[in-house]
Amino acid sequence: MRVTIITFPGSNCDRDVSVAIKKITGKNPSNIWHQENEVPNCDLIILPGGFSYGDYLRCGAVAAHSPVMKEVKNHAARGGAVLGICNGFQILLEAKLLEGALIRNSGLKFVCKRVALKINKQINSPFLHHFKQNDIIHLPIAHNEGNYFADSETLKQIEDKGLVALRYHTSSDGNSFNPNGSVNNIAAILSDNGKVLGMMPHPERYVDNELGGLDGFEFLKSTLEQLS
Amino acid sequence: MSNLREGLSTFEIAEDLGLKKDEYEQICSLMGRIPNIHEISIFSAMWSEHCSYKSSRKWLKTLPTKGEVVIHGPGENAGVIDIGDGKVAIFKIESHNHPSFIEPYQGAATGVGGILRDVFTMGARPVALLNALRFGSIENNKTKYLLEGVVSGIGGYGNCIGIPTIGGETNFDKSYDSNILVNAMAIGITEKNKIFLSAARGIGYPLIYVGAKTGRDGIHGASMSSTEFDDKTEEKRPTVQVGDPFTGKLLMEACLELMTTDSVVAIQDMGAAGLTSSAVEMGSKGKLGVKLDLDLVPLREENMSTAEIMLSESQERMLMVIKPDKMDKANSIFKKWNLDIAKIGEITNSQNLEIYKNNILDAQIPITYLVDQAPEYDRDWTTPEKAPELQIKNAPIKSVSKVIEKLFSSHNLCSRNWIWEQYDTSVMGDTVIPPGQNSGVIRVHRTNKKLCASVDCTPRYVSADPFLGSMQAVCEAYRNIISVGGKPLAITNNLNFGNPEKKEIMGQIVHSIKGISEASLKLNMPVISGNVSLYNETNGKAILPTPVIGAVGVIDENKNSVSLSNAVDGNSIFVIGQDNSHSDGWVGQSIYAQEILDIEKDYAPPPVNIDAELANGNFISKVIEQKLTNCVHDISDGGLAIAISEILLSSQTKGIGAVINKNYNHNSESFWFGEDQGRYLVCTSKNKEIEELAESNKIKITNIATINLSDRLTFSNEDFICISELDVKNKNWFKNFMS
Amino acid sequence: MKFKINIFLKKGVLDPEGKAIENALLNNGYNKVNDVRVGKTISLNIKSDIKSDALEQVTLMCKEMLVNNVIEDFEIVPSEEDK
Repeated sequence: MRVTIITFPGSNCDRDVSVAIKKITGKNPSNIWHQENEVPNCDLIILPGGFSYGDYLRCGAVAAHSPVMKEVKNHAARGGAVLGICNGFQILLEAKLLEGALIRNSGLKFVCKRVALKINKQINSPFLHHFKQNDIIHLPIAHNEGNYFADSETLKQIEDKGLVALRYHTSSDGNSFNPNGSVNNIAAILSDNGKVLGMMPHPERYVDNELGGLDGFEFLKSTLEQLS
Repeated sequence: MSNLREGLSTFEIAEDLGLKKDEYEQICSLMGRIPNIHEISIFSAMWSEHCSYKSSRKWLKTLPTKGEVVIHGPGENAGVIDIGDGKVAIFKIESHNHPSFIEPYQGAATGVGGILRDVFTMGARPVALLNALRFGSIENNKTKYLLEGVVSGIGGYGNCIGIPTIGGETNFDKSYDSNILVNAMAIGITEKNKIFLSAARGIGYPLIYVGAKTGRDGIHGASMSSTEFDDKTEEKRPTVQVGDPFTGKLLMEACLELMTTDSVVAIQDMGAAGLTSSAVEMGSKGKLGVKLDLDLVPLREENMSTAEIMLSESQERMLMVIKPDKMDKANSIFKKWNLDIAKIGEITNSQNLEIYKNNILDAQIPITYLVDQAPEYDRDWTTPEKAPELQIKNAPIKSVSKVIEKLFSSHNLCSRNWIWEQYDTSVMGDTVIPPGQNSGVIRVHRTNKKLCASVDCTPRYVSADPFLGSMQAVCEAYRNIISVGGKPLAITNNLNFGNPEKKEIMGQIVHSIKGISEASLKLNMPVISGNVSLYNETNGKAILPTPVIGAVGVIDENKNSVSLSNAVDGNSIFVIGQDNSHSDGWVGQSIYAQEILDIEKDYAPPPVNIDAELANGNFISKVIEQKLTNCVHDISDGGLAIAISEILLSSQTKGIGAVINKNYNHNSESFWFGEDQGRYLVCTSKNKEIEELAESNKIKITNIATINLSDRLTFSNEDFICISELDVKNKNWFKNFMS
Repeated sequence: MKFKINIFLKKGVLDPEGKAIENALLNNGYNKVNDVRVGKTISLNIKSDIKSDALEQVTLMCKEMLVNNVIEDFEIVPSEEDK
């Protein structure tokens, strides 16, 4: 299992993802700097969360033009798996590896909380293999711009093709529903081939019961098993 | 000296810069000549209250700063303690009060940035942030605007740079209407043998400037925070500095990377009074001279004067002395992170600060004049009057639950969730207990230890009795560490007061420091760092004295941290530190007296008994160690009834409730809402064990309630409160207030 | 040559900041206000004297990087002094 994690200037979850991957696989992933023109041959590229380029211009916009992104696109074009978490999701959208955009939270504030998420499993994807349709998992979110938007035509296509992977879900405590105004409660979407996933929640933060749960651990572990 | 730049200073110029007549004369006499205008600017900054601590230094020296865990006490950028296994925790709290009032977002953001630099300057990766905030009355129109700006500023910086916020407190009082308090605390971790200090070494070694470029930000910020506000203060807005957390993140990574290459000899961040204080600090600590060439300083603006460059408070900048043969290494690292790096001078053996611009000597000052010879005042002070004890009738009240409901639906005790959700509390993947509990808890990366931290102060107690109130602040911080299973190790303090030139204010400061000393000595939590913010006054009216205590403790190997959220159906709730005599509680200065009885006058706060505090704390530690509980809460603001409710409100179990044991179904207001100190609640199923342990340790203990799944806290058949409804009210107050 | 680029969220994209400002204005008695939108302006200088050449470059950088055409519209305004 070979995982590559890319660090952009301002990434701040690169270490967290690295630690989670190491915990699951027992092996250190490769960490590479955004200026690299080559990505080592690998099964999964992860774009971690953070504030690449300080979120200046638009979240993820500058990072999407980093030299390394050419290689990420090539990897995806070859059918390779890419996971973008939070700012990584924003970068994938700006790089047009996924469709739509993430705009400012409808509450105009940064939101950090535990949310309930409902699995939407309509297509084959290594990221969803472990789950059943409508499974509920809990993960933390922490973002300012997680409000997913796509024009109605694009949205219809995304829904018709079953590319939504996760939706915000009302949990039993009743207060975690749609924390940011995302259209159709979208929290994560897939590429057509199911190999590129962008998600706002942070699976790498829930890899231990002591830290809030194991749902992130299960999600990452099953994904890695599928890809190896 | 013949080529020293002309342009002599006058007293009028010095006075404009904040120097007093006798201080100016003292400077002239030390220098043996009239200093030029550049030199006097530098003196004004270094001799300001902010840099010199001239009003408080005499008293700060009396704080207990030594202990077996202390590696570096006050005097460095931050304090350092040994947390075992070759690791150290580095921490400090610092105020950014004045800038935050003038521009709340940037003031708070740069406050966070500044305290983080203090920590990573010493070689530690910051791992946690906390903050203590005080705002004016909720009726004041400006309060919402300031609160909104400060909270988003703290989040704006901390979230972006990727350090979790794990704790803090926010309170309101009209005394803060024009002087809000923004105190930020940062904790970092590194190896014991990888601590970096600021003392310059190596004559002829290059002095390196790294980070952002210098502009005209915050010129004379140090002197601004050393004067009272008046109605014109709001016009001073342009001098506030702007934070750039993105550059801050790059600077942190670049510095930490360079520190692994055996290149850095000394390092100091540029905080208040910018390049001046950092260069002076390095020279002073190393007992060496510093020569600066201002033509080499990376500038953002044109035509900056010597004083502007020297006093600029542009953010995200550092000064370093590095080994001469490591210049290339440093250059490549900073280039990688896209940051400016420039050699702007060197270390000399002259013990002078020498500043050149356009090849002319602009200033030449013996560094010792700026630091060791800075004034130290023994300001007059008066002993605060002893506040009388509040006598109340203590008539039985109709409904305990109605009071609980009222207090939780008010600004004093309602949930601060609205604030916490705006901070990233889980980045770095080690947060075990997020904000809103007794202490924040994080794991120490790559070890089985955890760190816990809490910030505390109850200004209404301090105002009524500065000595007792300050002791109480240390005790409460101690209890908060104990309550999560931690071993309290050390504290940092942020002393926020009014104008020290007034005898009563100076009296508050003196007695507060005495109180902190007493408690910190007896609880064995030395003061390892701190900050003083004076002149928090507007038009002659001072804030409530607010000596904020930030405490850090450690939870040893593989021991579970204990949380107040772990209540279990069927468990008993014991009060520790109180016997079953039903005796009256202490209502003076309680939230109950303030909110329900509407008593505004200063009555004596609850007494503090350090011996009992220590005995009860040790007992709780034993109870946790023997695994008799994993749900503990200290009893503080609001007293017993509030603490029991807080356990139920914070539980993850749906429908959790409790019934008060029959012996206690009385309605004494002081019993339920008195704020007697040194008490804890413990939830347990091992009643017998805990009672026996208490008996053998001579600890007062009483079984007060039983946890159930009724969704109610029941005092009697007629007197009960629905927990899920209370939860909604508790969470909604802030949301409604801010919308 | 100096240019200003004005960037706005497209019609149909929720602009929460604009909405919040609109509500604040209405609350302050500006009761004829509607359709408040918040955008941003980027000003820049192109080292070129040929206007068509410079404009082409600016247009390209907008499409490639400065503007996200999923959510944003833009207009390029040559600065007054260069007219």
